[in-house]
Amino acid sequence: MKFIKFILFFIILFPLSSVYAEDNDKRNKITKNLRCLICQGQSVYDSDSEFANSLKILVDKKLEEGLSEDQIYKYFKTKYGEWILYDPGLNKNTYILWLLPILIFLIGGAIIYKNFIVKK
Amino acid sequence: MLPFSVFIIFVIIFFIFYKALEDSKLYTPDVNIKKEMPVFNTKEFFSGENVKSSNIFKLDKIYLLNIWSSWCVPCRQEHPFLMNLNLDNKVNIIGLNYKDNFKNAKNFLKELGNPYKEIFIDLDGTIAIEWGAYGVPESFLVYNNEIIKKYIGPLNQELVDEIKLLIK
Repeated sequence: MKFIKFILFFIILFPLSSVYAEDNDKRNKITKNLRCLICQGQSVYDSDSEFANSLKILVDKKLEEGLSEDQIYKYFKTKYGEWILYDPGLNKNTYILWLLPILIFLIGGAIIYKNFIVKK
Repeated sequence: MLPFSVFIIFVIIFFIFYKALEDSKLYTPDVNIKKEMPVFNTKEFFSGENVKSSNIFKLDKIYLLNIWSSWCVPCRQEHPFLMNLNLDNKVNIIGLNYKDNFKNAKNFLKELGNPYKEIFIDLDGTIAIEWGAYGVPESFLVYNNEIIKKYIGPLNQELVDEIKLLIK
């Protein structure tokens, strides 16, 4: 009997804890991607300022309302602009950031090709 | 052939650094962009009754939403200017009491006067975030459910004059 109780205890407890953890993971991921606008070089997740704490509560509220991660980013983008996101999308201000690695890869590849492969 | 590719790389790097230096690295929030006012539920400051934002902000009237707190020192400096602005009776000043203690907030108003037509409570600071605020004090000029202008930091005589000019 004790054994059954023990098993039951775990069966009931496990799904609950994983649901909670999933929510928490999502919230942490989102707040790590949001910039604390009044701090220097800190994400909302890292900061303990009034601004960041309120933002964390609001992220929780939005998650409870059933908003997806992208919807939450979009929501904060309309409130505070692109600057609040740590992961900027491709636009006229960020194209260099996105294209530079590809450009460097192509130029580097061209140099290697010319100098080492063609010479042979 | 190598010098030419090196030259190209230098040109590209120069271009990147030049562009990076040209842009301002200081974050300056947009204050002039017209945005729709957020919809929120809150509590009235004195009575503690639940209120909806749609019942506070009516169409065809000019409102100044002021986020304040008794623990905020710049709010103390700003307060006489709000009192002054209230004398004209042309703009309805709405207070949003930010993360404050009721007793302290009440004493603050007793000491410095109450320029607010209505005051609402934002205990956890989420309503301020919904307005797109950074901290206290901050003021929003609202007309027809649209934020016309945002004032970050304490108001001063210059800004009060500007508001008076805007609402004419």
